[in-house]
Amino acid sequence: MSAPRFATGARVRVATRHPACHHRVPAYIKGHAGTVERLCGVFGNPETLAHGGDGLPAQPLYRVRFAARALWGTRAEDEADTVEVEVYEHWLEAAP
Amino acid sequence: MSGGHEHHHGHDHDRTFQPDDDAAGLSEHMALVAAVRELLIEQDIYSAEDERRAIERMDARSPATGARMVARAWVDPAYRERLLADGAAAARELGIEIGPTRLIVVADTAETKNVIVCTLCSCYPRWVLGLPPAWYKARAYRARVVVEPRAVLAEFGTTLPEGMAVRVHDSTADMRYMVLPRRPEGTGSWSEEALAGIVSRDCMIGVALPDPAPHPAPGAAESAA
Repeated sequence: MSAPRFATGARVRVATRHPACHHRVPAYIKGHAGTVERLCGVFGNPETLAHGGDGLPAQPLYRVRFAARALWGTRAEDEADTVEVEVYEHWLEAAP
Repeated sequence: MSGGHEHHHGHDHDRTFQPDDDAAGLSEHMALVAAVRELLIEQDIYSAEDERRAIERMDARSPATGARMVARAWVDPAYRERLLADGAAAARELGIEIGPTRLIVVADTAETKNVIVCTLCSCYPRWVLGLPPAWYKARAYRARVVVEPRAVLAEFGTTLPEGMAVRVHDSTADMRYMVLPRRPEGTGSWSEEALAGIVSRDCMIGVALPDPAPHPAPGAAESAA
């Protein structure tokens, strides 16, 4: 496993993929950009663990903060509201 | 049963009975669980009593544990720092068993209110809060609280002051979350134990705020009289 790619404060975008396997990325953040709040650690990949696999390579897990406005547009209740979600590194790419 | 039940209390049992939980029969997965359980017991991997005791231990966990941690953080600023840095280590420091849980404690501030959810399933910090309430696992809470947390909080009777931001924490993977609410005004002279008494389960999920005022149940005064 390589060192975690993203530092706290980095801008990242969540991939838009819809694999048929078990995965722990909620649909509402797919394709959206947010900011890394912290690295939580390195964990087995649930996408293979859930199907009898070994979870390797292990994946750095981040907490990513999204503006509610970015996720929900005008449905968001307040400009200042945020949502934080745990996302594994293989779902993230650097965002401008 | 004496069979002497008389229907003078104004309802019809034919219509008020709920269906039994198992009325639909065994699903494929329920049958699989039952079969694996029987095999494990048959092969002496564990006994039925071991299993019952394990369930009893899980059921016995309670939000009073989380409340102890919150109250300690309110009276001890150094403990508060350790709790926010590593929730599991701070639990163990108080002699609290927390298993393999990785606990992130999120602190409310004057500017931000934190709320916990698991939109994918029902992840919950069971070691420190006990079993989750049914509404926490319900689709309505899970779907709505990420989109309209203020509307959901209002339904719990929690109205936030003007200008306070809401931060929803979705427990999607390996971490578990607990909210550290703000210590209410006017509790400066309270003991740690008294403080723990106002930290409810809902305060630590984040849908309610600790309230130092006494709240007798409606009608309690009348029935006590």
